[in-house]
Amino acid sequence: MTDEQEMIEKITKSEYKYGFVTDIETEIAPKGLNEDIIRLISKKKNEPEFMLEWRLKAYRKWLKMKEPHWAFLKYPPIDYQDQYYYAAPKQKKRPKSLDEIDPKIKETFDKLGIPLEEQERLAGVAVDAVMDSVSIATTFKGELEKLGIIFCPISEAIQKYPDLIKKYLGSVVPPGDNFFAALNSAVFSDGSFVYVPKGVRCPMELSTYFRINAANTGQFERTLIIADEGAYVSYLEGCTAPMRDEHQLHAAVVELIAHKDAEIKYSTVQNWYPGDEEGKGGIYNFVTKRGICLGDNSKISWTQVETGSAITWKYPSVILKGDNSEGEFYSVALTNNYQQADTGTKMIHVGKNTRSRIVSKGISAGRSNNSYRGLVKVLPGADNARNFSQCDSLLIGDQCGAHTFPYLEVKNPTAQVEHEATTSKIGEDQIFYLNQRGISTEDAVALVVNGYCKEVFQELPMEFAVEAQKLLEISLEGSVG
Amino acid sequence: MLTIKNLRVAVEGNEILKGINLEIKAGETHAIMGPNGSGKSTLANVLAGKEGYEVLEGEVRFKGKNLLEMPPEERAREGIFLAFQYPVEIPGVSMATFLRTALNAVREHRGEPPVDARTFLNLLREKMQLVEMDEKFLNRSVNEGFSGGEKKRNEILQMAVLDPSLAILDETDSGLDIDALRIVANGVNQLRRKDNAFIVITHYQRLLDYIVPDYVHVLFDGRIVESGDKELALHLEEHGYDWLKKEQTSAQTL
Repeated sequence: MTDEQEMIEKITKSEYKYGFVTDIETEIAPKGLNEDIIRLISKKKNEPEFMLEWRLKAYRKWLKMKEPHWAFLKYPPIDYQDQYYYAAPKQKKRPKSLDEIDPKIKETFDKLGIPLEEQERLAGVAVDAVMDSVSIATTFKGELEKLGIIFCPISEAIQKYPDLIKKYLGSVVPPGDNFFAALNSAVFSDGSFVYVPKGVRCPMELSTYFRINAANTGQFERTLIIADEGAYVSYLEGCTAPMRDEHQLHAAVVELIAHKDAEIKYSTVQNWYPGDEEGKGGIYNFVTKRGICLGDNSKISWTQVETGSAITWKYPSVILKGDNSEGEFYSVALTNNYQQADTGTKMIHVGKNTRSRIVSKGISAGRSNNSYRGLVKVLPGADNARNFSQCDSLLIGDQCGAHTFPYLEVKNPTAQVEHEATTSKIGEDQIFYLNQRGISTEDAVALVVNGYCKEVFQELPMEFAVEAQKLLEISLEGSVG
Repeated sequence: MLTIKNLRVAVEGNEILKGINLEIKAGETHAIMGPNGSGKSTLANVLAGKEGYEVLEGEVRFKGKNLLEMPPEERAREGIFLAFQYPVEIPGVSMATFLRTALNAVREHRGEPPVDARTFLNLLREKMQLVEMDEKFLNRSVNEGFSGGEKKRNEILQMAVLDPSLAILDETDSGLDIDALRIVANGVNQLRRKDNAFIVITHYQRLLDYIVPDYVHVLFDGRIVESGDKELALHLEEHGYDWLKKEQTSAQTL
């Protein structure tokens, strides 16, 4: 028996649960973006010269690019000069142990349900906690170091491992890849860096909690994960953000590199502030996530549970370059009230006998719009490539929308591509059946929706699956009349 | 336990129940029989609180409370259980999760603490034996891929777990072969006590050979036109519903 039921019962009827602001003095650079700001960011982070050059080059590319508008999303124009691009909690030195952390910051993590000591002791999860732009604490480092695994803030990796950074940063998502990736490359604040050496299986789930904590501070996280030959790593990313009135811009870039026989599993539970019931406020989330199966027999698996953000623009993708490599995308995207999501994946088959699997579960409630956009591309050399895609949409109420935009480009006749799609409405007879067994309508909807998402949830590590269910329930509150 | 007074119910403007009167006491089992379209399932659904039924007139009191004012989940928590004629499938929701959620909702209403996993599992095992269901069902999704007989047995299992005061069996015998019918009836019989009651809705007398009722009512055109003991069911079996129709027509013309 799992404890999922107890978890379900814990759900409270509340406003956005994580809508609080920690009162820490914040060091903020002036609003707006120019080369001086980029120099400031680079200097604040003690970056080597090559990094500053890299950022400036990205910035100059970005200046020539236009914000994309092909997605099924509507939002007022973003004034990029009206954003802050750097904010850091004021701290003189990096703490050596958890005891040195500002008690208020620790309290914040406690509210988020991730008491660091407890996690360290009980859960076996190494946490690289990011608050605003600077990493505060990194745990379990010692244990990982023994295995030769590097798990640190990317700002630290830039100083300590410049060769790895030069080799891999931007190798999957080049700075000029798209408008938001270019912006991120110019101003990225911090994020995680993971390197797992040859033949090493990372013994614990690596996890990072991102959090926006200063009004109008754009979050530009940058994550880079490399699994060398035969290595394995599972990485968890979870987000919560405090309630804010103004829109907050978020443009992250995540790059994954899997060498021969390596496997990377990347799981996300995304819960950025979605805005209030009238659609006011909420995070704009423009994310570029891409992995490359560089070597033969490698595997990359994305699992995402997206419940937050006012706007979600996100397509975690896999380039299947090595022969026999495998790519997976499991997604639950839930939109409620006035939320809009345009999300999906790209599977690019380059090598022979490459396989990909897409399972997408969209849930729309309120007046929201939820779109799946997916590309399966089979290049001429990808003999016997195989893809299976399943895209399901679930509608709650009659004022929301579900849309599916599948794209297929097959240039090899031996490829096998399958696509299944369903759209269904949550059944009144199902709700009545559960009501008749004493279950409230709210819990009944949560049960049906969780059941619908099961295929994706079971891809998540256990503690994350529980978290994901909680989030779905919170996000659906008030969606059924 | 349950008192229905002059209950008139319409569906989409058509009056289906035209004044039902019924009194059910603890320890009793009432069978409601009648031809198709006589309003049997409507009565079951109205008692359970399904949407789409308009109560035009009348009163239903359950354990002294006004039943018609309560939402369906509250009726269930108060002890009304409907064994569905067509149980629905809920993909991805395991039987165990479903039953535990339901049981804890009912327990909370009774002021009891939630069951812990071990106690719950033991309870389930015990109740599953009652309807001869294999434990492997606990990990399957609710009713998904169940045969007709398995679905009906599952309804009785839920009844056994939730232990209602008043259980309504809506054509539980439909689509069952003789073995499944025996298992279902046997399960129900073991649950009969002095402090609970049953309404058995059926088209055929067959089920009543196994679940022997204290009273039999014949529902015809939205009214209870005949009440008696189990002999009435046998009489119906022999003569069909036609004699009733004739009797009704002649009564109306008089």
